[in-house]
Amino acid sequence: MQIQGKAGQRPSDIYFFATCVIDQFYPGAGMDAITLLEREGIRVHFPEEQTCCGQPAFTSGFPDEARKVAAHQLTLFPENWPVVVPSGSCGGMMKLHYPGLFAGDPARKAQSEALSARIYEFTDFLVNVLGWKPEDKGGDCTVVLHTSCSARREMGVHLTGQQLLGGLDKVTVAQQDHEAECCGFGGTFSIKQPEISGAMVEDKLKSLKATGAERVVSADCGCLMNILGHAAWKDQQEGRKTASLPGEHIASFLLRRTSK
Amino acid sequence: MSDHALSFMPSEGFRARSKEVVENPFLRKSFRGAMDFLINKRVTQFPSAEELETLRTLGEQIRQYNLANLPSLLVQLEDSLTRNGIKVHWAETPDEANAIILGICQAHSAKLMVKGKSMVSEEIELNHACEAAGIEAMESDMGEYIVQLAGEKPSHIIMPAIHKTKEEIATLFHEKVEGVDYTDNVDELIQIGRRVLREKFLVADIGLSGVNFAVAETGTLCLVENEGNGRLSTTAPPVHIAITGIEKIVEKLDHVPPLLSLLTRSATGQNISTYFNMISGPRKADEKDGPTEMHLVLLDNGRTQAYADEELRKTLQCIRCGACMNHCPVYTRVGGHAYGTTYPGPIGKIISPHMLGLEATKTMATASTLCGACGEVCPVKIPIPELLMRLREESFSEPHANPAMRGQGAGYSRLITMVWQGWALVYRSPMLYGTYSWLASRFNWLTPSNQGPWTTVRVPLKPAPKRLRDLLKDKS
Repeated sequence: MQIQGKAGQRPSDIYFFATCVIDQFYPGAGMDAITLLEREGIRVHFPEEQTCCGQPAFTSGFPDEARKVAAHQLTLFPENWPVVVPSGSCGGMMKLHYPGLFAGDPARKAQSEALSARIYEFTDFLVNVLGWKPEDKGGDCTVVLHTSCSARREMGVHLTGQQLLGGLDKVTVAQQDHEAECCGFGGTFSIKQPEISGAMVEDKLKSLKATGAERVVSADCGCLMNILGHAAWKDQQEGRKTASLPGEHIASFLLRRTSK
Repeated sequence: MSDHALSFMPSEGFRARSKEVVENPFLRKSFRGAMDFLINKRVTQFPSAEELETLRTLGEQIRQYNLANLPSLLVQLEDSLTRNGIKVHWAETPDEANAIILGICQAHSAKLMVKGKSMVSEEIELNHACEAAGIEAMESDMGEYIVQLAGEKPSHIIMPAIHKTKEEIATLFHEKVEGVDYTDNVDELIQIGRRVLREKFLVADIGLSGVNFAVAETGTLCLVENEGNGRLSTTAPPVHIAITGIEKIVEKLDHVPPLLSLLTRSATGQNISTYFNMISGPRKADEKDGPTEMHLVLLDNGRTQAYADEELRKTLQCIRCGACMNHCPVYTRVGGHAYGTTYPGPIGKIISPHMLGLEATKTMATASTLCGACGEVCPVKIPIPELLMRLREESFSEPHANPAMRGQGAGYSRLITMVWQGWALVYRSPMLYGTYSWLASRFNWLTPSNQGPWTTVRVPLKPAPKRLRDLLKDKS
């Protein structure tokens, strides 16, 4: 089967799997990612019936429940188009864990393997499929990038975010200490081990702030929810009215920098 | 249940213990510094990512090959050791292992045992058993010696006293070792320890050690160490007892060099350890030194349970380098004692449930973000995050017949299971999800401001007033 979207083959159509976190909490990030892709002349299809990749149940020790939710997502992408996911974490679930999840179900296993080959994390898709080179239209700015553990260690796409930001002429990407360390989110971990999770996000925020960057960008909204949620709490605690470290999904930042 | 198992209830109090460390800025900084040091040392040992990957794959294959042949290799090992004059003992439980060791001690009317570093001896709490039997068990590894003086347990499998500062050690030596003035000069502290221990080596009745690799073909016990105390413990006293887990076996000597290289480079960032001992039997008739009697105790303690399951078996690939703890953001925050188990950190979380049962360890696997740092550095490619997910499932699923693990279902809660079933019901149905998410966004002002543990250090999570799917409809 010919998969559209291999390097050098620019697909005309793609599916966009937004993730439940973006649908409900960061819809602007989803809109910006779609706008950016459409600006590149790609028809973006958003299957309305999409919900969640199933990861929350999967990593919490409830694979049966994850399987039910994942089985529904398997039905959403009938055409042989790339499926772009603006999250290394949810993308990793669909690309790497679906086939194992359906190991006991030959039909769905085959389906999930075929789907796996079409799953692309958003920044990976921009760099390695579209060969997109951003043209910077903004002023001088220093940002710091947080890469999710799934993007880094599961999907192996930790370099594409750096590459995209590095391609913006007037943007300086600040280097943080302990860059590869987890922000402490971990889904239900943040609820089950709140003390450790709190200590991790506290350290992560300190590292990010120590760079002096104006903002933090990330290709994963789960991490942003945790980091920015803590940053806002800290601002409240210390009586600041404006955000000491604002942040956003990398799609929003890239779109703004490359728009007039 | 034996007394031994009762003395470990790591799941109880893990949160309280970790909270204590997390809220101590001094400890936080000290653990972070120690782990950074070890991480950086390892980095210098693996300049080529490609070589590292090749070596890790080789390490994984060697370990998997030997585990696949474990039953026959154990028989072969016993034959080879017996031929070499080493008596082999089999222990299913810690109590059995202690009984065997105490039996040997008593046969020699032993009063003093010097110990090289052995995590398996920690696992069976041998020092307690010795004390109860009136035998002095003295740790001779500097870190273990410090921990023993302080009446504590090791907090790291390679660096047992990593939680202690040199000032704390100085105070400890001053208070506990006769005739020692306070000094926080590290070299002087080491000389004090050395002086005390040297005397003990000369008069000890029994030397005890662990084993890093047991070679089945040749009947050789390999021991990796840096201080020379391992060599003294295994050569100076008249009787040497080695103890190890049944999984530490390799078929041939050829299997040792790659594993040794992975071990020392991953553990302490050393190209090779200062000492590498290959022990092949007691003193021979024409030899002038070495023990006249040698024993090996092979311990199961839950390892066969892990072995019986294809996925869980990977747990036994471990060569005990400790790199997973050095790189673990959770271990870095809480240190080794918070875990309450002999083996802390990621490897502890996946191996302890087999040793202690899931009742005692039911929530341990939840203390991970699944960030994958442990799996990434593991020199024998143990898929630790995947095993953690499997353990969560074993713990939280409803108890069923023929479980793969003792204590399966110990963490089962009808309510939590129903929450996930409800979640699946909503998220598998576009209609229910659509309704639920629409309500959550339109009524987002009803979102509670107190969201339990989440809001202890974060602002509340609040759904956006319009979902992505609404914004897309507005646009078209």
